[in-house]
Amino acid sequence: MTMIFGVPLAVFIGQLMLGLINGAFYALLSLGLAVIFGLLKIVNFAHGAQYMLGAVAALLGLQYLGINYWVALLLVPLVIGGLGALIERLILRRIAHLDHLYGLLLTFGLALIFEGVLVNFLGVSGSSYPIPASLQGGFQLGFMFLPTYRGWVLVAALGVCLATWFIIERTRLGAYLRAGTENPALMQAFGVNVPQLITLTYGFGVALAAFAGVLAAPLYPVSPTMGSSLLIVVFAVVVIGGMGSILGAIVTGLGMGLIEGLTKVYYPEAANTVIFLVMVVVLMLRPAGLFGKEA
Amino acid sequence: MAITQTLTPAMQRRRKAQRRRCALYMVLIAIGLAAPFVAYPVFLMKVLCFALFACAFNLLLGFAGLLSFGHAAFLATGGYVTGTLLANHPGLTPELGILLGTVAAVVLGILFGALAIRRQGIYFAMVTLALAQMVYFFFVQAPFTGGEDGLHGVPRGELFGLINLRDNLNMYYFVFAVFLIGFAIIQRTVHSPFGQVLKAIRENEPRALSLGYNVDAYKLVAFVISAGLAGLAGATKSVVFQLASLTDAHWHMSGEVILMTLLGGVGTLFGPLVGAGLVVGLQTQLAQSPLGNWVSVILGAIFVICVLSFRSGIVGEIGLIVRKNFK
Repeated sequence: MTMIFGVPLAVFIGQLMLGLINGAFYALLSLGLAVIFGLLKIVNFAHGAQYMLGAVAALLGLQYLGINYWVALLLVPLVIGGLGALIERLILRRIAHLDHLYGLLLTFGLALIFEGVLVNFLGVSGSSYPIPASLQGGFQLGFMFLPTYRGWVLVAALGVCLATWFIIERTRLGAYLRAGTENPALMQAFGVNVPQLITLTYGFGVALAAFAGVLAAPLYPVSPTMGSSLLIVVFAVVVIGGMGSILGAIVTGLGMGLIEGLTKVYYPEAANTVIFLVMVVVLMLRPAGLFGKEA
Repeated sequence: MAITQTLTPAMQRRRKAQRRRCALYMVLIAIGLAAPFVAYPVFLMKVLCFALFACAFNLLLGFAGLLSFGHAAFLATGGYVTGTLLANHPGLTPELGILLGTVAAVVLGILFGALAIRRQGIYFAMVTLALAQMVYFFFVQAPFTGGEDGLHGVPRGELFGLINLRDNLNMYYFVFAVFLIGFAIIQRTVHSPFGQVLKAIRENEPRALSLGYNVDAYKLVAFVISAGLAGLAGATKSVVFQLASLTDAHWHMSGEVILMTLLGGVGTLFGPLVGAGLVVGLQTQLAQSPLGNWVSVILGAIFVICVLSFRSGIVGEIGLIVRKNFK
């Protein structure tokens, strides 16, 4: 059997693949955070909870309403995103004029509420979501076996990431968005409905988290606490990438997933902390992050 | 005689305020001394430990404007270091163990502070959070912490080798003394020229920088004092409960201390004390009631209400009312 630095090739590739999948989730979530932070200047601490809500909604929808995976993939982000827009309109808007730290604290409180309520109804133990019939099985690629669902997650996550990047960097709506982050008052004077833009942006960011949640449901145990620990890692990814950058979120997310996968092969004890270590090194060399602009 | 005549009205007012503050301290100390005869000492000790923790956190947020989301790391480091040392070295007295735990937190504070103050505002919060998470994973895997089970059987021992701390009343007065020392350090820091510079940095960092203050050094010192006192709180707590556990290292603990400070009043000296009392009291009361499972939901709701409607916290709001009506 071929070996890479003393590790069988299949194991090596397998871990790399797992890392890439995790990285796809990091990328999706940090992208959502970056979009929300860009216009609202709020670190959406409820992002993990909203990701979890996506997974739980897909699971409950399947169990009680018989909503299948494909419908859930469309419907759940719409519903949770709508809920997010409502939260922005009713709650977050009231503190928009204050120090940005209050936004962080408020969304942290919201995360506690979401998580706590669901823990009471569902318990902390995870349930599993079946992989949809059309995505079962896998491909033999010669050097490794790729389960179809994992391949699909990678394609779907990357597709959504690239579409988001395209919308923000290459379309008129995206131009409004970027202008709104630079100077909201001026945009308002030009007749752009900035408050509405903000509501939609928050809703879109939340929908991204919920989409990641539905994608994750068949891969990881679905439980009310699944989002909170993931979120801290995503924050580290965001610090490494530089918060303002859409591209930074995507590239760093995937990269950190790969680094985590590699660490699992060679030094499993450090797999949980390696991203934080990278963060420390990056902070020492480039305090604004790899893709960030110096403030 | 001559001195009283040269006092300006402003100086007289300040003197009066000082005398009033002194009287307030005396009353509070008297209440603290009498408290264990009215309430359960173990509960009071828990409140005091968390109050010290919250006061330490508030030194950073309230007076330097730095929101650390990783203060649980210092609480846990103090707790684990003190716990391990006392459990494995029977000759060590509790006050030395607590001192060493505090020193460990100070060292960690220097490391984290040096990294975190490179960023500001929200980034600062996220960097501290991520660093604290690293500490959490370290404690999960380290051989001496007992992993998920925590570190049990920390002996309370004899203070200075003389006073038996297994007695709850003795232990309470020791914890009260530790709290007073910590509080005095914070009080002195805030009311010193150093504290004034911190406030200037909080209000307008570029201006403080252009006035020639070494802003980074001031922030780092404030961070280290805060980390050390948080470690002191954790170290004392591990002696009181004879236990150091992962709960103290989890980021929810960092969130809880923010809640205590916010609820009581950010940037007030007594706010964190009130906030800690309320949160710990609430948790203790709810744990015994049918609402026990809803603690985190209720804490979350308090968070939201606090941020939306009374951002100066209880003590802050009372201060506003007093200033408005009793001028």
